[in-house]
This record gives sequence, structure tokens and C-alpha cells, in this order.
Amino acid sequence: MGTSLSAAPISQSRSEGGARVPEASRADWFSSYDVNAFEVPTGREEIWRFTPMKRLAGLHEGAEATGAATVEVDAPGEFTVETVARGDKRLGEAGKPADRVAAQAFSSFAEATILTAAKEQRASAPTTVKVTGPGEGKLAYGHLQIRAELYAEAVVVIDHRGSGVYADNVEFVLAEGSKLTVVSIQDWADDAVHVSAQHARIGKDAVLKHTVVTLGGDLVRVSPTAYFAERGGEVDLTGLYFADAGQHFEHRTFVDHAQPNCTSNVTYKGALQGEGAHTVWIGDVLIRVAAEGTQTYELNRNLLLTDGARADSVPNLEIETGEIAGAGHASATGRFDDEQLFYLQARGIPEDQARRLVVRGFFHELLMKITVPEVRERLEAAIEAELEAVGV
Amino acid sequence: MATLEIKDLHVSVNTDEGPKEILKGVDLTIKAGETHAIMGPNGSGKSTLSYAIAGHPKYQVTSGTITLDGEDVLAMSVDERARAGLFLAMQYPVEVPGVSMSNFLRTAATAVRGEAPKLRTWVKEVKAAMGELDIDPAFAERSVNEGFSGGEKKRHEILQLALLQPKIAILDETDSGLDVDALRVVSEGVNRFQASGEHGVLLITHYTRILRHITPDFVHVFAAGKIVESGGKELADQLEAEGYVKYAGIQEAATTS
Ligand SMILES: Nc1ncnc2c1ncn2[C@@H]1O[C@H](COP(=O)(O)OP(=O)(O)O)[C@@H](O)[C@H]1O
Ligand SMILES: [Mg+2]
Repeated sequence: MGTSLSAAPISQSRSEGGARVPEASRADWFSSYDVNAFEVPTGREEIWRFTPMKRLAGLHEGAEATGAATVEVDAPGEFTVETVARGDKRLGEAGKPADRVAAQAFSSFAEATILTAAKEQRASAPTTVKVTGPGEGKLAYGHLQIRAELYAEAVVVIDHRGSGVYADNVEFVLAEGSKLTVVSIQDWADDAVHVSAQHARIGKDAVLKHTVVTLGGDLVRVSPTAYFAERGGEVDLTGLYFADAGQHFEHRTFVDHAQPNCTSNVTYKGALQGEGAHTVWIGDVLIRVAAEGTQTYELNRNLLLTDGARADSVPNLEIETGEIAGAGHASATGRFDDEQLFYLQARGIPEDQARRLVVRGFFHELLMKITVPEVRERLEAAIEAELEAVGV
Repeated sequence: MATLEIKDLHVSVNTDEGPKEILKGVDLTIKAGETHAIMGPNGSGKSTLSYAIAGHPKYQVTSGTITLDGEDVLAMSVDERARAGLFLAMQYPVEVPGVSMSNFLRTAATAVRGEAPKLRTWVKEVKAAMGELDIDPAFAERSVNEGFSGGEKKRHEILQLALLQPKIAILDETDSGLDVDALRVVSEGVNRFQASGEHGVLLITHYTRILRHITPDFVHVFAAGKIVESGGKELADQLEAEGYVKYAGIQEAATTS
């Protein structure tokens, strides 16, 4: 830290401030529901180059399911909950898989869960979807779709726990005027591998608040994509992660501004500690020719608590129209700000306590965005436990 | 009676080109009940002196001693110095995002007092102290110094002074950037702190205007990394009239050497 963050104005964002345009435009990315349409990645491809392929347990090279994840839904009366077979016409509506593992999951899941929030109703309580991994040494594929009908309002917490290898697609289909708040928690056991493609299709004037919280697992790779299908949508993609020794947590956000007058905000923050802790944030934003009046900002910050940890942070902003309201990005990775520590210590606060205050403060604004109190408290406790573990 | 004793203090700052000596032999003793003013031109080393006393890691003491009631301050960590009774109101208070002022104040008070203040009396105490400094109670829920104006930051430094009640307080240009009203409010805060006669104050300033509100017992002129002249409050009046011209030679000789 100590590095000041600056929003790069649009005219400079292609060349300065660390943002770069990927060689292949995001607009030209291949996507398909069929796993065989993708080559087996080697790990050298742009979208796989940060991922330790050896630890993927074969998800990228056709591994077959050897178990199943358990999905338990606790939803208020405004929701319809269905378990559907492959082939249900609604599946895939929010987006097509854009990498081989997502396509593998789409080609392999046995059954899908669909939750529908009824139109013009505000859900009376948060919905919880508890996904428990298939167990150590087992591999499973899954599919979840959450639909918010016209002007529906709902909060959904997807809680991933347990052991094993799990790849899935999660879809969010937001009809006109709907407001959906999602928290996807990855609190896996140490052995777990989770590759999750999350696709959101944002209808007219719809609002998605999507928060990813990654706390545990050997390898977790979550790719949230938001696609504006109509005008006036608003998307908030938030992420909070805490990686310990040996853990690989990768988050790849993509906001596709295909329509005019939409707003997006991406804010991901992570803390890392321990030898081999590795986090990756790739933040792609594409503002297509039609997307006049777009407003977008993305930010990633990483706090390195010990030596031996590594955070990669790559914002990519592609702008195809000049008629936008604003676009910017910021990315910073650093150690503790010595001046902050000095200030707190100069008021008598012992060093270890001062460090904890700074880390808590670092995550504070994101925690405050989480409107479900039980979830927020659980995360606060989890962060506290992480800090306790290394004696920070 | 608290006594801070600084003897022949030499301090270097770590720069890209290696260590650079800034303080070149400072001698100063501050006792409870006394108010000392250090006045000097910009760049003469006043902030370096205050940081060295507080223990900022960027400043290296190369020789000399600092003791508080006979205890070796230089052997203490930054937080130990604060708990021993030293306080530095900083020229540029640091922003700590995400940490609320109220949480910060309570954590600091707990550390300095050795036990958590009772919640009920604490809330009243903070409220009263904020009121005396004309600080809007809403500030309690804001992040430490984040987005505060210069004047608001300085008021909050004095708020901390009032709550932590150190033995010796060093105020580094607390007056700079304050408008007339804020200067009065802040000065009254310092005077309240000093009224008991149990604390010592080292007031570092570039201008004399704060000395119209706070009467120093001793005035020291600082130039080129040391005290070049000491006297009573009449020395401040002389500086007011003549400026630092008389000491410019010393300053220049030091910077070109
Ligand atoms: N961190 C630093 N790095 C380099 N030079 C410094 C640093 N801190 C202070 N100095 C130099 O030391 C001298 C004294 O600075 P300072 O103590 O801030 O003076 P004052 O507070 O009297 O204005 C100045 O020449 C300043 O440039
Ligand atoms: Mg100064």
C-alpha cells in the first residue's frame, strides 16, 4: 500500500496505469455449450496462464464425475425451487461457457437446481443455497440457475463447503426492473478444487449486486460475467478473498457493456499470507460500440501480509465507443503502510493489534456492502481467525 | 514530576542516496508544567526532532540520548513510548481507511490506560471532549482522518491529546493551516491540557500567531538541526519583528556544507 490509487481517465486508459487491451479482444472470445468445441488447454493460453493446471484434477481434460455435490435450498415463499433434468430450455439462458472447464461442467452435470423469485414481490427473507462438495477424492459437476422475474427483489447466499473437486455453472437471469443480491461464499476444506463460471444476464433497468467471498480451498477459480442485455442495468461485482500458504485463488470478472446507459462497478480486495499463497484478479470490461453513456469503474487491491505470497492483478479495459460517461480502473498491491502502523503505534496501540486494525479496515468497506447480517458476521469472524492463525 | 531529557541528539534520515544527518546535537529538557516553543525556518529539522522522539522508523538516532523520567526512550518501541507517556500531534496526521475514529480512540485509550475504559463513562468522556473542540459527533463513525480537512485533522490530534493525557506532548505545527476560529479552539484545548501543571508541552511552530493563545515559558530558535538560541517569551516577540533572517546564515552554511 502507500501507493496512491488513481482513476485513469478514458483517453489514457489504453496505454497508462497498468490497464492493457488483451491481444484477442474480449468481443471475439469463443464460447460454446459443448466441451468438445474447446481444445484441451495446456496452461499456456492467456486465460489459463495463471492457473496451476496440475492441481485441476483433470477438470480441463475430460475428467468424469465420480460423485455428486449436495445442494440444499432454504428459500422463503416468494421463491419456486425446482430440480430439473438436463435439457430444460431455461438452462444456459444467462450465458455460454467461455472456457473448457465451464463447458465440461455444462456437458456433464446430472441435474440442475432452478430458483425463481416471483414477479413484483420482495422476498421476505434471504435464500440460502448450501452446496457441499462430493467429498475428498471425488469429483462432481453442478448447475444452478437463479431467476428474478419482472420487478422481483431477492437476496441469495450460495454457500460452498466441504471437500472434493467441483466445477459448475451458476446463472443469474434478471428480468426487467428486478434487483438481485448474491453472495457466493467459497469456504472449502483445504483439499477442495472449485472452478465456477457465473453468468449474469441483466435485463432492462435491473440491478445485480454480486459478491464473491473466497476463504478456503486448494484451488478456487471463479469467473463472474455480467452481460447487459438491455438498457439501464446496473451491476456491482464485489470480491473479498483471503489466501493462506499454498492456496491459489483466482477471480476473473468480465463486464460486457453491450447496451447504452448501463453502470458497472467492480471492487475486489484480497489479503495474502504465507509461502506460496497466490491470488489472481483479472478484470475485463468491454464497452461495445452500442454502449453509449456507459459508466464503469474497477478496482483491485491486495495486501501482502507476509513474504512468499504473490498477487497478480490485471485490469483490461476495452472501449469501442467514445460516447461514454466515464471509465476508470485502479490496481494496487503492497505491504502494510508503515505510516499507518506508525500512527496507530504512536497512540500506544501495540504493533500486532495495529496490523489487525489495518487489515480489518482494508476489508471494512466491502463487509459493509454485505447486507445479510449473519453472512457479514461470519466473514468478520473468518477474517479474525485468519489473522489469528499467523499471529498478525 | 515528569521530565523529558534530550542530550546531544544526532539524527539521520534514510534517503535514496544513503543516510543524511539532519539533527546535529540537540539538547533540551522539558519538565511537567512547562511549555516550550521551538521556532525555526522550514527545513531546519523540527519535524525530524519530533519523529525521532516518537520513534519513527525512518529516522536513525546516531548518537545522543532521550530519557523520560530516567527511562531510556530510545530502547522503547513506538507504542511503548506512547504508553510511557509521550504523545506527538503530527504535522500531517495519517489516514487509516476503514478504521472508525471511535474504535481507534477506544483502542488507543485502552492501550495507554492499561485497561478498557468503562463503556458508559467512556461515551460521555468522548462526547464532552469532542464538544470542547467543536467536533461534530458524526466524526466518531468516520474512518480515522480520511477525507478530513487540515483543520479537522488537527482538532482530532488535540482530541487524542485530551483523551490520552500523556506526560509530555509534542505538537508539531498544530497551528499551521488553521483558520482563526480553529486556532482558538485548538489552543484552548492545549491550555486545558496544560492547566493541571502535570504535563509538559513542546510546541513546534513556524509562526508566532499560536503564541498569542498559548504562552510559552521558554522559546528556542531552531536552525540547521540544532537549537541556536534560547530565551523567554520575549524571544518570540523578537522573531515576530525580525523573522529568521538573523539565523539564515546558519541555515545556509549548513545546507551548502
Ligand atoms: N524522509 C526524508 N527524506 C529525505 N529528507 C528528509 C526527510 N525528512 C526530512 N528530510 C529533510 O530534512 C530536513 C529537515 O526536515 P524537517 O525535519 O521536516 O524540517 P522542518 O519540520 O523544520 O520543516 C529537510 O531538509 C528535509 O528535506
Ligand atoms: Mg515540519
